[in-house]
Amino acid sequence: MDNSNYAQVSKRKAIVGVNLLRLITFITALPVIGVIVYIIVRGAPALSWEFLTAMPRDGMRAGGIMPAIVGTFYLAIGTAIFSVPLGVAAGIYIAEYASDNKLTRLVRIAIINLAGIPSVVYGLFGLGLFVLFLKFGTSILAASLTLAIMTLPVIISTTEEALRQVPSSFRVVSTSLGATRWQTVKNITLPQAMPGVVTGVILGLERAVGETAPIMFTGASFFLPLLPQSPMDATMALPYHIFVISTSVPGMPVQIQYGTVLVLLFFVLGMNVIATLIRNRARARRQW
Amino acid sequence: MSVLISVKNLTLMYSDGVESLHNISIDVVANAVNVFFGPAGGGKSTLLRAINRLNDLADVSTVEGQIFYNGRNVLDPQVNVIELRRKVGMVFSRPAPLPLTVYENVVYGLRLMGENSKSVLDGRVEEALRQAVLWDEVYDRLNDPGISLSGGQQQRLCISRVLALDPELLMLDEPTSALDPVSTAKIEEMLQELKSRITIILVPHNVQQAARTADYSGFFLQGKLVEYAVGKGLFVNPREKQTQDYVTGRFG
Repeated sequence: MDNSNYAQVSKRKAIVGVNLLRLITFITALPVIGVIVYIIVRGAPALSWEFLTAMPRDGMRAGGIMPAIVGTFYLAIGTAIFSVPLGVAAGIYIAEYASDNKLTRLVRIAIINLAGIPSVVYGLFGLGLFVLFLKFGTSILAASLTLAIMTLPVIISTTEEALRQVPSSFRVVSTSLGATRWQTVKNITLPQAMPGVVTGVILGLERAVGETAPIMFTGASFFLPLLPQSPMDATMALPYHIFVISTSVPGMPVQIQYGTVLVLLFFVLGMNVIATLIRNRARARRQW
Repeated sequence: MSVLISVKNLTLMYSDGVESLHNISIDVVANAVNVFFGPAGGGKSTLLRAINRLNDLADVSTVEGQIFYNGRNVLDPQVNVIELRRKVGMVFSRPAPLPLTVYENVVYGLRLMGENSKSVLDGRVEEALRQAVLWDEVYDRLNDPGISLSGGQQQRLCISRVLALDPELLMLDEPTSALDPVSTAKIEEMLQELKSRITIILVPHNVQQAARTADYSGFFLQGKLVEYAVGKGLFVNPREKQTQDYVTGRFG
């Protein structure tokens, strides 16, 4: 047997294999890059100061999309108000307090599965519970609550995951110095997990911001002459706006459609970039 | 000689049965270095963690017997464990600074008690770091992360952190196992100075350290206390064959 020959062949195979993986990875990324580039190219001409800051005119066919941008902000904030405290608290409870028994495991599985429920189901649930039963009407409040419920599983599981990554030696040391469980969470584990928690919150909100189905029954309106004045008012929102101008408005300039999509994309990608920056900075500073 | 802690017939089992204690009775003598030694898995750490109730965090299935500390059974569920842990400081085998600055590591326990006066904390930091023979090396680095110190310094930082609480008992679980000989010598020296004020339990990381430091020593093997003696008795003149075999290096 010629060993050197064998080594050469296996090396050649390895090179082929690695390049194949490289190609497959590139092919996977291609559609994403393609979509983004396409939307930027088609949508960029529509962008202008007026487009971002003016009310729509002429049945949406001209003017700006300011109310939809503002509405999306409102919904993001409303969603955060309800989902962040609840989700983080639940994540802390599951990671730091709950004992590992059947009930906890059941709850955890339920939370993971909640993340897989189609968003339209959340929309109908929100319609039934918040809009009709609790009589909030189609409002920012009802839509925010619906989006919050949809966002909760993401926030809970990322919070839990971030806390579990904090080395248990910190908990033991803190406890040995006379800390109560809550003092340990407050002083050590939660601050250490914070970057992970913030990332999870942003990713969860990002999903909420981009969704159409949960808000179309609960709080989104196609056109409102005024900006919402209170949480009980309905609001315009980017995803729903895109849905309507793409399907229901005859003679809609294509440029405005792409421009609106581009603005939403900026919104979501921007949040993503912030989440990534926070994560990377925290990783560089982490001491364990 | 007075007894600070008296362990009576302590039997302890973890749910998974990994390491446990079988019917241990031993006294911890005040103002002395009490050495618990023996091969890994002998139950020494478990015993330490029973004394400050750190085992509450672990999955323990059975605890029987008593641990009397100043006449009170610390295994009693009524005992205030927070108070207990402040009086019973613990140092772990791996230097484990909290992810905080040097200063904040030292004052961590004090802050937990609600002490926030800067002048008080400043004073305690210097005092505790001096006791652990670390002040001269870190006085100008108090705001650096604790983890930025060297391994030996980190371990002395962990000792200062405990001393800042002014404990009655200091338990060190193989505190020098990850350290170089110079750092080890510094810590052993420090223990000799501390023992006039504080009672010490040391789990040494080898027999030599046990022999160097012991005022009283107990030899633990597989969850049992094989032999207990005053001074260097176990190393000079062991009664049990297992003790002799271990201290002479026949197993371990």
